[in-house]
Amino acid sequence: MNFEDDIIVALATPAGIGAISVIRVSGTGSISAVGKIFNGKHDLLRCSTHTIHYGKIFDENKEMIDDVLISIFKKPNSYTGEESVEISTHGSSLIVQKIIQTLLKENIRLAEPGEFTKRAFLNGRIDLAQAEAVADLINSRTEASFRGARNQLDGLLSKKVEGLRNKLVTASSLIELELDFAEEDLEFVSKNEVIKLIDEIIFEIDQLLETYKFGKILRDGVNVAIVGKPNVGKSSLLNYILKESRAIVSHIPGTTRDVIREEVSIDGVLFRLFDTAGIRNSYDEIEKEGVSRSQQAVKDADIVIFLNDITEKFSMDLYNKLLQLTTKDRILIVLNKIDLNFTETFSGDIKISALSGAGISELFNLLKEKAASNNSYSEKTAIISSVRHYDALLNARKQLKNARRSIENKMSGEFISTDLRSAEDSLGEIIGIVSSDDILNSIFAKFCIGK
Amino acid sequence: MRNFDIIVVGGGHAGIEASIAATQMGCSVGLVTMDKNAIGRMSCNPAIGGSAKGHLVHEVDALGGFMGVIADKTGIQFRILNKSKGPAVWAGRCQSDRKLYSQEAVHLTSSFSNLEVIEDSILGILEENKSVTGVKTQSGKEFKCKAIIICSGTFLNGLMHTGLSSEKGGRFGEKPATGLTESLINMGFISGRLKTGTPPRLKKDSINWEILEKQNGDENPKPFSLRTDKNQFPFLPQISCYITYTDRVVHSILEKGFDKSPMFTGLIEGVGPRYCPSIEDKIVRFSEKERHQLFLEPEGLDSDQIYLNGFSTSLPAEIQAEAIQKIKGLENVEMVRAGYAVEYDYFPPYQVDLSLETKLITGLYFAGQINGTSGYEEAAGQGIVAGINAALKIQKRPEFILKRSESYIGVLIDDLVSKSTKEPYRMFTSRAEHRLLLRQDNVDRRLLKYGYEFGLISKELYNEMKERESFISIGKELLSQTKILPNQINQLLESKNLSEIENAETIDKLAKRPGLSLKEILILVDQKESMVYNNLIDKNELLEQLEVEIKYEGYIKRQEDLVIKTEKLEEMLIPLNFNYNNLKTISTEGREKLSKIRPHSIGQATRISGVTPSDISVLLVYLKS
Repeated sequence: MNFEDDIIVALATPAGIGAISVIRVSGTGSISAVGKIFNGKHDLLRCSTHTIHYGKIFDENKEMIDDVLISIFKKPNSYTGEESVEISTHGSSLIVQKIIQTLLKENIRLAEPGEFTKRAFLNGRIDLAQAEAVADLINSRTEASFRGARNQLDGLLSKKVEGLRNKLVTASSLIELELDFAEEDLEFVSKNEVIKLIDEIIFEIDQLLETYKFGKILRDGVNVAIVGKPNVGKSSLLNYILKESRAIVSHIPGTTRDVIREEVSIDGVLFRLFDTAGIRNSYDEIEKEGVSRSQQAVKDADIVIFLNDITEKFSMDLYNKLLQLTTKDRILIVLNKIDLNFTETFSGDIKISALSGAGISELFNLLKEKAASNNSYSEKTAIISSVRHYDALLNARKQLKNARRSIENKMSGEFISTDLRSAEDSLGEIIGIVSSDDILNSIFAKFCIGK
Repeated sequence: MRNFDIIVVGGGHAGIEASIAATQMGCSVGLVTMDKNAIGRMSCNPAIGGSAKGHLVHEVDALGGFMGVIADKTGIQFRILNKSKGPAVWAGRCQSDRKLYSQEAVHLTSSFSNLEVIEDSILGILEENKSVTGVKTQSGKEFKCKAIIICSGTFLNGLMHTGLSSEKGGRFGEKPATGLTESLINMGFISGRLKTGTPPRLKKDSINWEILEKQNGDENPKPFSLRTDKNQFPFLPQISCYITYTDRVVHSILEKGFDKSPMFTGLIEGVGPRYCPSIEDKIVRFSEKERHQLFLEPEGLDSDQIYLNGFSTSLPAEIQAEAIQKIKGLENVEMVRAGYAVEYDYFPPYQVDLSLETKLITGLYFAGQINGTSGYEEAAGQGIVAGINAALKIQKRPEFILKRSESYIGVLIDDLVSKSTKEPYRMFTSRAEHRLLLRQDNVDRRLLKYGYEFGLISKELYNEMKERESFISIGKELLSQTKILPNQINQLLESKNLSEIENAETIDKLAKRPGLSLKEILILVDQKESMVYNNLIDKNELLEQLEVEIKYEGYIKRQEDLVIKTEKLEEMLIPLNFNYNNLKTISTEGREKLSKIRPHSIGQATRISGVTPSDISVLLVYLKS
């Protein structure tokens, strides 16, 4: 296998929100791999190099993620000098995450920092002058990640992963002990002990993996879709929150055709607000598109603000439609227009006035609670927030399962150890340690060796 | 003034391999030793091989070295260790007749016309413009040469300790080598101090053998060397070793001597090996252990001495004598010689390159304990590589570097250079990340080609290996094509409580099942007409190798993939004179380590501790200038 056969993917544009994001895929077979999740006018494999194609990207459940532009680069005319694809998506880290996650299932792996440049260099695509510039860039990235590593979250994570890795080193050393020191007068632990240790590590990895969603929220923010019948005051609510008028506030139903998105920071948590056009049926072509986007926004939302006019009836139709797109626990029923005269005919989670601002701060509190309610993490918990870490943990978990199977199949230690070491390497990737000396050190520290 | 191509300093296990390899490659070699009869003398236990060390012996053998040949001729007990584990960790070990081993080595080194053994001691290295020109000896002679290989063992400023008294010497009854360290330091080398120890020797007749646990050799012993005639092997009568244990009483006697221990009183400065601690070290560090296992190993067939393996010590002799008499079976034992610790100079091995040539002086090579290793086998592995490289250098041929993915010797030298050891380095199978590929059974297929290329392995031996190689690849092919029907095998499967098959399955697939051997399946093949059967069935040893490759194919494949993945980086060479100060953007520690170790390739650079992945990226982009 050549390193080019190892397809890598990463976001090429800066993380965060821009108008568009570009995902870069490189390695032999990139085009066909992207082709598998892409649906456009042309078969990507038949397209010539340096052409751009419009189409949609679907996840493994055949659900559309985004409409995108795909640029095809055939070997050797690409940044890396390899067969490459660039996917331009709408600028949303959610979309980017989803596309990358889907690609990871196509036998593609996440690129290491600087790996595209490394390949470009290895393939002779960049000369020294360019390389120097890139080297500085790589370095500045390192500095940034160094600063990043100092923050409390990462510190906790490193500690946690280091703990896991130490456990794994112990498991490995128990296995190695029997291989290298069979002649010694030692009591070798039963394989069940090792399995127990492996299971403990898997359990902790699973816990960490679960924090990924919350970690993502901390990093990427909480997606909030505002849904309601026309004229219930969705745009007014948004405007009030933003304290600036950007969405068109109008009494004519359906003018907010597109999904309007704004971001606010409430006590340090980023909320991304989507004002939807409504999700009712429509025959108008343009409006149809708006509706479908709204539906997508609801699906992607961590919280759905279901806005109702307290002076009117509860929109049961819409509520039922929402339940088809999301789960009940994500929906926050908000009753608007308490500044008008009303008789309360139905109840909700909270009452507000988008005009006067009454109840808005209570609404914020509710949003914050709701964002964290699914996962009750304290500040003392290690949290996974990067796809790279997530991927490494998944890998470690897979290898640990392999090791477990090797033990169950009564394989000799050197095979079990092969699996354990791969797991160790995966964990090492997160904290940047790779060393096989650790196992021997652990053996010498714990066992009396010396024939 | 005498003229040699190469001067080898020291006639231990490294020196023997270095001088023979070099002379066979056409160089005139002067092997300088302080005692002609001490060539190949075993300083420590009378045994060759063991876990991972056995692998090294096989590798030296496949490269054309002689350790395996001598060990086979002089072995008095042969065992394969780890037989209950998988094939990658099976390892040969033999007890040797100490006297015969040395005699054989003396005889061997005297049998090459272009290899001269010189009884003398080297005082200094002569150089011009950072290139060796010759050596100066104790007896006032000077030899001119193009390359020097130093294999000084424990002799450089050797100091032996027993209790608080110490004596200069590299081995019991032998003088130390003085002057050479100072000469090297003057040339700019950095030296360090290491320590190792030996146990007391006991009088054979004074041991109560009847009450001790016996450890026999294998019933069908296997030789180390591909060149050993299997019909004559084993050459000598085979003996048994015995096992006994210390107890709390023994420990408490030893503790009485701790205030006179050169280790605990700080008299010994050198760092000792953690995997081979002295008995006093074991008692202190693992105080909860009630007893420690000891092996009674005969020193030879007609020797009256027994080596008390596991009881290495530098406590006062009278304490040693008192303590061992409390050991089961040794109640009336007579101690012939007390155990002692020996301290010696070494040169932290980042100062050599992967070819074992020093970075500082062209044509100067280090091999064996001078590089911080311990063990005969580690020494031999370095010796042959240094010998080959010195010869290649003189002949202006490219240097010979073994990869980590193809040999333990490659792992050994790469570890030494990249990590530079601070305690005596011993090989373990766990040090080899590609362990599943580095088996004893495939050593010929891994390394014989190099021995052949350098003229150290005969054409005949090489062709035999080629035949075995093609047997295995044809065998694999055949087994993947031949199918077994359910009615042929289900009875066997049932009898073994294995799930039966419903459709015909290929032999290689069936052989992957745990609990089912290849031979058992082969017997089921329709014998009269089957090419498969006729080709394979009676070739036991080859069948074993074939089975290994089939049974563990999945794991082996994964390691092979890993090797290919890392290969690219291993092949990206870094010029030896690369100036790391040009790399403004790498970490300070990374720059310091890289400048000191000067890695051969990007792959090697990634293994240096303190060099970060981003340092590597920067290095990569700068390299192509």
